[in-house]
Amino acid sequence: MEIDKKEYDEYVKTVTPTHSTWKNVGRAFLVGGGICLLGQVLTGLFLNWGMEKEEASAWTTLCLIAGSVILTGLNLYPRLVKFGGAGALVPITGFANSVVAPAIEYKAEGHVFGVGCKIFTIAGPVILFGIFASWALGLVSLIGRMMGF
Amino acid sequence: MGEKQKGRASILFKEPPVITAAASVVGKKEGEGPLGTCFDQVEMDSMLGKKTWEEAESELQTRAARMALKKSGLKKEDIRYYFGGDLLAQLIATSFGAMNLEFPLFGIYGACSTMGEAMGLGAMTVEGGFADHVMVAASSHFASAEKQFRFPLEYGNQRPYSATWTVTGCGNVILSKGSAAGKEAGTWKKDGGPLAKIAGITTGKIVDMNQKDSMNMGAAMAMAALDTILANFRDLGVDGTWYDKIITGDLGQVGKRLLLDYLLAAGHDIRERYMDCGIEIFDEETQDTHAGGSGCGCSASVLCGYVLPNIKAGKWKRVLFLPTGALLSTVSFNEGRSIPGIAHGVILEGI
Repeated sequence: MEIDKKEYDEYVKTVTPTHSTWKNVGRAFLVGGGICLLGQVLTGLFLNWGMEKEEASAWTTLCLIAGSVILTGLNLYPRLVKFGGAGALVPITGFANSVVAPAIEYKAEGHVFGVGCKIFTIAGPVILFGIFASWALGLVSLIGRMMGF
Repeated sequence: MGEKQKGRASILFKEPPVITAAASVVGKKEGEGPLGTCFDQVEMDSMLGKKTWEEAESELQTRAARMALKKSGLKKEDIRYYFGGDLLAQLIATSFGAMNLEFPLFGIYGACSTMGEAMGLGAMTVEGGFADHVMVAASSHFASAEKQFRFPLEYGNQRPYSATWTVTGCGNVILSKGSAAGKEAGTWKKDGGPLAKIAGITTGKIVDMNQKDSMNMGAAMAMAALDTILANFRDLGVDGTWYDKIITGDLGQVGKRLLLDYLLAAGHDIRERYMDCGIEIFDEETQDTHAGGSGCGCSASVLCGYVLPNIKAGKWKRVLFLPTGALLSTVSFNEGRSIPGIAHGVILEGI
């Protein structure tokens, strides 16, 4: 029996259930907003304790990362992502999760070839292209300034 | 063409090998599923007392093998060959799992169709007179499969509804000579005789539908199952009514729908006799497994824990057991290749 691959593909799409986008967006808003709110509360707290603005935001970042690392170690962060999707993945807590998870998983393969080589298997692209993007923008800014903008 | 060869891809054995014993070991989640009480052993520790996921999966194979051997009443030396497979690269779960068993080993890779492939080869070996008893096994472990094919376990991500949940489990069967000679040799005496016989096989070919979504493997494999089922009907001159049950490995909800719809379009209505091991092993409502279970261990453990006992009890007289495999690797997937499917049919009959 010959089956047309394009027709099959179309049919597959009609029978494959998908997540509701609006539901996902709503949950992402709640979780992502919640994490940002937590960050804001922490910053306010640190400012209240007499820290400079820059110092306060550095401590906020550290606290959020530490929280995510602990939740990842307790295997609770995946549950938060399962509910909140991108809302939990995009903030810095998601980045921390993507670094810590491989570190835990690949520990069994040794400190160098396991943790060392594989710790950035998920976060690697973010780091590489993040650095590349900042380099490219720096170049644009340099050229802009040379041209007197 | 030899008299045992039927059509393009099928074999009907003259002296069908028998399944002397079967054993299944599964993980906690599988034990909590609808078939939980069917399995021989439910291991609550997902590490099985080992240090790594890979070692844990090997332990599944070792335990299932020892259990099947004990049930059969055979001695270790009676097993001439071990046909085993798993999902891990270079077949390490099988190599390390079979290491302590000291059986001459054939390691087999057929993705999740491994149990069907291994049973086919084992049955041919026995019927051909190359062995009196062989052991056939396939295993998978949720954590080792996630680690190899997807993400580390602690990494947060959202699984689509079409995704399946890799079964932690191993199924092991012992195939023995089916003739009167086998009976005399004393292999039939334990527990009132063998569980079933392998009447024949239909070996699947690779079917590529240009599917590229590794989170929808049911869609990648459904047409391979269709191809093997149609080949089986054509080669043997039968239709769906010849079987009491047609049981696929791990098509899941999406693959099941596709297979049944396309079979119906081809003029075969098998809906009332169809079953999928992946759909049976978990309760999708309460266990959050989405489309169903998957992995070599899925069809292998359901075969040993649920299908064979039903055949033995006489509930089903003839079954087409059809483990399905998605032949992808992380490399082929990253290089943009499609996910070809394969399905191997094994015809099981009551004694």
